[in-house]
Amino acid sequence: MKLHGIKVPHHKNTASSAPIRLPLPSVLTVPMSMHIGRPSEPVVKKGDYVKVGQKIAEASAYVSAPVHSGVSGTVLKIDDILISNGQRVPCIVIEPDGLQEISEEVRPPVVTDHKSFVQAVADSGSVGLGGAGFPTNVKLNVRELSEIEAVVINAAECEPYITSDTRTALDKTEYVFKGIDAFRRYMDIHRFIIGIENNKPEAIARLREFADRDSEVEIHVLPSMYPQGGEKVLVYNTMHRLIPKGSLPLDVGAVVINITTMAFLAEYLETGMPLTERCLTLDGSAVKEPKNVIVPVGTPIRELIESAGGLKSEAKKILYGGPMMGIAVPDLDAPVLKNTNAVTVMDEREAAPPKTTPCINCGACLNHCPLRLDPRAIAKAYKQNSGEDLRALQVDLCMECGCCSYVCPAKRPLVQTNKLAKTVVRLQKEKEKAKEEARS
Amino acid sequence: MNKLISAVSPHFHSARTTQGIMLDVVIALIPAAIMSVVIFGWRSLAVIFTCVGVCVLSEFLFEKLCKRENTVSDLSAVVTGMLLAFNLPVTIPLWQAAFGSVAAIIVVKQLFGGIGQNFANPAITARIIMMTAFSGAMTNWVAPNLSLSGTVDATSSATPLTLITKGETDALPSYLDMFFGFRGGCLGETCAAALLIGGLYLLFRGVISWHTPVAFIGTVAVMSLICGKDVPYQLLSGGLLLGAIFMATDYSSTPPTKWGKIIFGVGCGLITILIRFWGNFPEGVSFSILLMNILTPAITKLTRPKPLTGGADKL
Repeated sequence: MKLHGIKVPHHKNTASSAPIRLPLPSVLTVPMSMHIGRPSEPVVKKGDYVKVGQKIAEASAYVSAPVHSGVSGTVLKIDDILISNGQRVPCIVIEPDGLQEISEEVRPPVVTDHKSFVQAVADSGSVGLGGAGFPTNVKLNVRELSEIEAVVINAAECEPYITSDTRTALDKTEYVFKGIDAFRRYMDIHRFIIGIENNKPEAIARLREFADRDSEVEIHVLPSMYPQGGEKVLVYNTMHRLIPKGSLPLDVGAVVINITTMAFLAEYLETGMPLTERCLTLDGSAVKEPKNVIVPVGTPIRELIESAGGLKSEAKKILYGGPMMGIAVPDLDAPVLKNTNAVTVMDEREAAPPKTTPCINCGACLNHCPLRLDPRAIAKAYKQNSGEDLRALQVDLCMECGCCSYVCPAKRPLVQTNKLAKTVVRLQKEKEKAKEEARS
Repeated sequence: MNKLISAVSPHFHSARTTQGIMLDVVIALIPAAIMSVVIFGWRSLAVIFTCVGVCVLSEFLFEKLCKRENTVSDLSAVVTGMLLAFNLPVTIPLWQAAFGSVAAIIVVKQLFGGIGQNFANPAITARIIMMTAFSGAMTNWVAPNLSLSGTVDATSSATPLTLITKGETDALPSYLDMFFGFRGGCLGETCAAALLIGGLYLLFRGVISWHTPVAFIGTVAVMSLICGKDVPYQLLSGGLLLGAIFMATDYSSTPPTKWGKIIFGVGCGLITILIRFWGNFPEGVSFSILLMNILTPAITKLTRPKPLTGGADKL
């Protein structure tokens, strides 16, 4: 059985652009919610002096992550800001002093076993750097190490424009394999699969050089077919195992780690410098000089764009991430987050919403859905507000990759409707649960 | 102030549009349209332009009247007009062609909700309405202008299927004439070569998939063989190619799934054979497609792919 997918334009303009470090921004805006899970809890207050790598917020729950400062400077305020999902979250605003003094807290962690390894990963502030933003330590916190049969290293990078993972494969290959060594030593894992799309020949060659010396590492060169980098798709295409609905990769013996996350973890183990900066791809139709850049987490997009060469036309839409699953930011002051692997700036033409016309029943959506859902039928059931039909159509399986909306010739908002329909199902389930609890 | 657009992903869309698809179908129909002029003369164009013009006008006026969004620019009415014209004899009085066009667009398409909503193929249904209403004019065949092999009796005007039904096999045109369309019949259905070129273009452009035409034509071939009929003749005569390539692949009235298309094609093939060999009419392609159109919702439901839940089927 083959999973469906779509061919999207690659636009990998920046693949050969080695990341450059940009000058420090005039202000750092660090939101407390840069990961999946509970927002972090600030541990600094207005007026405090902070240094590079100093912890400024701590994890507030099991699924949460600490946050560290990327600059030395003074905390100006802790304020609520509007983030891209429409919520307001607290945000630590720091004015850099330009000295970039390193905090005394920064020292290599002492790691001896699984437990201390997971702790170190948690302390590093690491979250899924490929865009998902799921706290890494949570994935590694297994009861039995034998539950993990393989680590799948996600280097697919199937989104148009983005090349920051390609750069990791090229520039930080050594760290990727040091990370693998750490997983081997502390997690007792002996199968590593690197999944990468075939449109990155140089990165593949570089990874092969290293993998040839390590019998436990397999490189799976995959067709350039969006959404190859989707967790479910990647695990299926590399390990031939389908993650059941509502389950985690771990349920089929896999842990999926983004390649940049892997390289970061290895660097952290060596230097003790937590996640305070990252490489990202700045591209899109409005960007004058598309390139890969390194900036501290919290850098306002406005300053990022300015110091990277500016725009050639007015920005009409700005995304965290690429055009397929990227999230539109509310304004130019939005900061770079831990999981911002790219900033895509679109001009008026590229950002123009397509004209929606009536569904012609061509079936392109259902014939391209990787999980074989029927978005056409889901849209109909949603319109009729039929929770039952939506559940029968398994809408909550949808991973929101957007293939359906992409291929639709009528430009119907299909994945958007799926998202709304998932809410209908969730609310219905919650209601049923409440009813049941009330009964018992 | 420079206001940023806030929208939900995806922010990229394929270049394909409904209008683009319909334009591809129009392009695919052009070889057969040209051949209809070669075979039956300039009156073909008059019929085609009448049907297209009235279809587009009916759509425009109806939507105006109902205050619906105007969909003339999606070119689907042009496709319907061309297909209807292709299904008419070249001698059809133009007012009758216009009547059929109004029926196709208003009764079959718009009254059911417009593009994508009609359960039956507008051109096919209009043809059937016209066959009932104007049965004389609808079977008033003329002989082609010329013949490649010179075997056709210039005064013989019946379609090959009629000749076969009547048992007058001596008057049948040669395979060569059949393939290039020099035979009696509806103006757009006779030239197999032109229809196949159009079909290949649509396959190449990804507008249609091979499933329906192959299942439809294949079934007719196999059944003709079993029934001891002349297979090439059965494939090249009547409206089989026009129907299998252009009408049984209509999106809104046929199943969107792969297996659904195969079932649809096989069903069309079987009904066509039933009517051709045992029915009262010499030709059964139109009826077969209409009948299968009615079964489409059931076929779609039956063949909908199972979501990949990985065994976790809990709702």
